[in-house]
Amino acid sequence: MIGSRRVLLISGVLMICAWTLVPIYLVALGGVGGASTIYAWPKPFWPASLSIGNFTAFLQIEGIWAAMLRSVEVAVLCMILSLLLGAPAGYALARFAFRGANLYRLMILMTRAFPVGILALPLAVSFVRLGIYDTVFGVALMHTALALPFAVLVTASLFVGIPRELEEAAWVFGCSGPGAFRRVVMPLAIPGIAATAIFAFVISWNEVFAASVLTVRNKTLTADLLTLLSEAPLQSQLAGGLLLILPSVLFIFFVRRYLFALWGVASR
Amino acid sequence: MRGQTLRPYLLIMPSLAFLLLLFFVPLVQTVALAFSTTTGTGVGNFVQMLDDLDFRDSVRNTFGLVLCVVPLQLLAALGMSMMLRHVRWGRDIILWIWTIPLGISDLAAGLVWLAILTDKGYLNTILFEVGVISGPQSWLTYETPGALFLAILTAEFWRATAIVFVVLVAGVQLIPREYEEAASVFGATAWQRFRRVTLPLLRPSIQTALILRTVLAFEAFAVVLAVGGRNFPVLVSQAYLWQFTNQNYNVAACYAVLVTLVSLAATLVILIALRPRAGESA
Amino acid sequence: MFKKLAILSGAIILSFTIAEARADELNFLSTQMRPLEEAQKARAQILKGSPVPVAYLPEEPPQLPIHLRADEQGAHTISLVGALHGELAPLASMLQPLDQEDKLITQSGVPEHVAKLAKLGTDHLMYVPWMQATYIMAANKKALPYLPAGANLNTLTYAQLSEWAANAEKATGQRVLGFPAGPTGLMARFLEGYLLPSYTGGVVVGYRSADAVSMWDAYKALWMHVSPNSTNYNFMQEPLLSGDVLIAWDHVARLQNAFRSKPDDFVAFPAPAGPKGRAFMPVLVGVAVPKTAPNTSGALQVIDYLLKPETQITTLRASSFFPVVQVALPEDLDPGLKLEGAAVAAQQGAKDALPTLLPVGLGSHGGEFDKIFVDTFQRVVLRNQPVKQVLNREAEDMQRVLDTAKAPCWSPDPASEGTCKVK
Repeated sequence: MIGSRRVLLISGVLMICAWTLVPIYLVALGGVGGASTIYAWPKPFWPASLSIGNFTAFLQIEGIWAAMLRSVEVAVLCMILSLLLGAPAGYALARFAFRGANLYRLMILMTRAFPVGILALPLAVSFVRLGIYDTVFGVALMHTALALPFAVLVTASLFVGIPRELEEAAWVFGCSGPGAFRRVVMPLAIPGIAATAIFAFVISWNEVFAASVLTVRNKTLTADLLTLLSEAPLQSQLAGGLLLILPSVLFIFFVRRYLFALWGVASR
Repeated sequence: MRGQTLRPYLLIMPSLAFLLLLFFVPLVQTVALAFSTTTGTGVGNFVQMLDDLDFRDSVRNTFGLVLCVVPLQLLAALGMSMMLRHVRWGRDIILWIWTIPLGISDLAAGLVWLAILTDKGYLNTILFEVGVISGPQSWLTYETPGALFLAILTAEFWRATAIVFVVLVAGVQLIPREYEEAASVFGATAWQRFRRVTLPLLRPSIQTALILRTVLAFEAFAVVLAVGGRNFPVLVSQAYLWQFTNQNYNVAACYAVLVTLVSLAATLVILIALRPRAGESA
Repeated sequence: MFKKLAILSGAIILSFTIAEARADELNFLSTQMRPLEEAQKARAQILKGSPVPVAYLPEEPPQLPIHLRADEQGAHTISLVGALHGELAPLASMLQPLDQEDKLITQSGVPEHVAKLAKLGTDHLMYVPWMQATYIMAANKKALPYLPAGANLNTLTYAQLSEWAANAEKATGQRVLGFPAGPTGLMARFLEGYLLPSYTGGVVVGYRSADAVSMWDAYKALWMHVSPNSTNYNFMQEPLLSGDVLIAWDHVARLQNAFRSKPDDFVAFPAPAGPKGRAFMPVLVGVAVPKTAPNTSGALQVIDYLLKPETQITTLRASSFFPVVQVALPEDLDPGLKLEGAAVAAQQGAKDALPTLLPVGLGSHGGEFDKIFVDTFQRVVLRNQPVKQVLNREAEDMQRVLDTAKAPCWSPDPASEGTCKVK
């Protein structure tokens, strides 16, 4: 027995799924369908022939695996750093009403509000002075700066929702401040941390500009591929676009259940 | 209680120090560029920016796009997270599918939507098959500004709604179900429950999602350039054009400063409009 | 959880040391041959026989000055730079004079005017010419039936092009002439190197002359038959392949995918002529050694290698850049490349040929100079503003740019004493 509201809900959910997936399917189509599919009119909605030549071409690029390894390193470092730096600040914003809180919010957002490409030259120069130009670590730091507003604000908005009483109860039972934080608040903050991790990973993975300005040889995969692809035939551009989304989509797949860590818990 | 008043500052200190170390010097240097002219310090570059052929259009387009796309995305993401609450089966797979656009780089998203919306693209193929149009039709030119705006809006909406959605999904879980159950015991309709219970409790997440999305919306240009070409200048694309094509770093810095001021102003408006009201726990 | 994080970070920091391998290679940063296939060929074919191991690093043009500045600050990463003349010009102060290569250039038959450009307005050779290209026209064979009576592709005029496009529109119901007027398209080169000099005989001096006014009027009329998608096009090869556009003007490298993948469907031919001749502009790519190069002697060896006739032919096959040295083209060239090569030769050898040189003295102001042409185009053609008024306004802007750069006139404008003046 399915009620009409249920039908409405299910069809709505399916429609949004289609809305998200169809454009991705079209990229895939362009990537494997070959030139004839791409330039046809009217456009076919399934490939006339399948060829994975565009994809195998990528995997034969010199140094592609090293670039991929660097990309993963940068993304993971960025994730760790933005959580380590951002979560405490988020907690401060949520729990304490302190002077300058809004000023701090604006300062954190500055890194996102200022078009980062315009900073390229002075950034590169100061990275040279800091000795981190053309290093994986330097790119990770840059990406951390870009992910930090997400880390701070998202964790803050979740810490606000965690009842202070819970934390105080933990103090009563003899936990120290940090102890209460770790045993009581942290588990409740897992969805926020998962969301932050997703943002940090995806931002870092897809970031092209800073990665290509701040490195010469140690380019991340995205920066490397996008330079190579910018003037390539359309079908290899689409194939590259598809290849590049796979890692982030996989990452979200593995982290998604942490986003739901509290689903049902809070309702008890 | 001295420790208590110091504690928030100790907690924000690492992130602040990090940004100052990494960002402060380049930022100041760039802002200085905006004010330095061949004859010394002044606002000459800003005058040149105001005088730029595309300046007015880019202001109009930027605000038009942000004011349309951000509220739409907030509504959509709210709707999506509410729907997700009622889904019983496969919730995490649905969540995953809905967040896939998050993983797509701006450039790839631009490519996709160009392939869909171009003259001989997928949209026109469908319209052609069902008999609405008789042949390829242009939507993305300076002759069709309305369609072009809708096209860019659609592409941006598709690409970036997931950001808002993920923030809200994380927040929705902290709303205790008892509140809503209590409300429904007292005879509140679904809409009333949403308005009076869910929305206020979700306010911190909405505020965060709005701020992040607005700041990013002012920054977005890759999709706009891919779909709109030269026909839809926005402030950021102008900044990049001046920096890399015209190679005038000073005017580029002016555009960058303007974009920053505008997004920070928008952030302030959101912070004030959605601030916690008296009596609520901060 | 924290334990895991700590292990992970440790593993990452450890792996930094691994990433530093291959450091003995010489870093060759290039803004050309960036597309995937070309970069692969540059590594596997062109540079394979290099006397010094080379890491070929394709990079977007905006990043080039940034990397060189970073090197100046002590990073010392890049030994060799390959870039367009226009990209190298603003960087002259960061490059080593390469006068020791003078002899090589003369011996291999690099034309004198090309060698002069490579001095970037100084007394020293600042880069070594590496390869060259130009801009030509391309058309789908489907468009040929609409050619106006008596018109010959090799001697086409702008008036005939206009008529051709009008005929094609009448017959197909679509505007099928296209220009790369998108955000990263090379429209500015069309206006400053092709259209304007064809009507006024120069680039700067006659910017607001009566000839220029008639040119803009004619172009506005022609634009009625131009695809409105042109302001979205950056590369014309895609719309040509999709059939959205049947006739187009662009850089040979930005047309090559069309010619290479379907050489039987397309024809290549010289740019049209105006009342003052058939103006066209060369594209010159040079290799330069930064002052901060960690391996200058290696870089010089690579330069010598790149100028060898065999390497130049390999380069042509891999990209669509033609040799700068004196060398006979092989018979077994790719058919698409042959098409382009024939059109380039016809354009250079035309009776009414009017070569427009690249600006020498604009330095870092080249971008703003281009903007004036694109702005004029936008105002006159797209926004319908009165021609004379626009030209007066933009001419003032042009004078301001020339004054700031203190640039003397360059060919085909007559040589000037001191800064070039718009009349």
